[in-house]
Amino acid sequence: MGAGMSRPWLLWLPLAVIAFIGGLAIYGLVVPKDDMVHSAMVGRKLPEFALPPAAVGVEGLSDRDLADGKPRLLNIFASWCIPCKAEAPYLEALKKSGAEIDAIAIRDKPEDVAAFLAEFGNPFRRIGSDSEMAVQLKLGSSGVPETYVIAGDGTIVYQHIGDIRAEHVPMLLKKLQETQ
Amino acid sequence: MRRSFPFACGLLLAAVPQLSMAQGSGPTPELANRQLPDPAQEKAATQVMHALRCIQCQGQSIADSDAPMAATMRAEVRQQIAEGKKPGAIRQWMIERYGEWVSFEPDMKGSGLLLWATPLLLLLLGLLIARGLFRRKS
Repeated sequence: MGAGMSRPWLLWLPLAVIAFIGGLAIYGLVVPKDDMVHSAMVGRKLPEFALPPAAVGVEGLSDRDLADGKPRLLNIFASWCIPCKAEAPYLEALKKSGAEIDAIAIRDKPEDVAAFLAEFGNPFRRIGSDSEMAVQLKLGSSGVPETYVIAGDGTIVYQHIGDIRAEHVPMLLKKLQETQ
Repeated sequence: MRRSFPFACGLLLAAVPQLSMAQGSGPTPELANRQLPDPAQEKAATQVMHALRCIQCQGQSIADSDAPMAATMRAEVRQQIAEGKKPGAIRQWMIERYGEWVSFEPDMKGSGLLLWATPLLLLLLGLLIARGLFRRKS
């Protein structure tokens, strides 16, 4: 007396298990993989920080500078980061459209930042230097580049991970407007 | 078809948002690689470090990783332990920034509950099957 005789539904069990595993495999293939670590700080106030200027001739950045009543963008970048070079024209476009942008340079040297700004332009109002990534950690930021929308009271409204592309410019401007 | 293949690969690459893998150069925080003077505190800090995931190299703990971000996280853990913070509070501090993901010890709630409960459920299932088999023999 096999189990299959007394409980015919058991015959289908192996097939169901294999179908389930196959389904998982197809799900893994079809659904795009999201390796990015999103900040859990979105919706919360900026952490307290005060960073020195990232290059000669620019101003440093503190959380108070970002909470002056006006919504703005906070760009996390580095001179050694290639996607940061790619997004430079779009930061410029955002600035031309009226966005105010502050920045934090990660693990960078003043002369490297200066060279980067000379080559790719400087759309930033202030640039703080986070050489030990301490502020990046407090922000829940996982890499460069990243761009945050900061409300006038210093609340983190939105986090964009990766380089800004043409299609992100209107989206970020809209987020800024909604934040007014 | 063949000629379009490299083009398609290029398109695929271009479609993936890029986070830079380069690391730049900056000072390593002092406490990243220097032990705390109090052995008990260092032990507590090390335990916390082994249970936290590196943000840059996602499979490793911050204790095992050489990535600059892991160094910054180790320094933060030692700093907070030295200030007298409890390991649980430091773990919570990291989760407040990077979400549950940053911890190698998921909480027993939501999908974390499934993780904890599945071995028990499987064990139960095994016992039931075994019971059925033994019964039939006797």
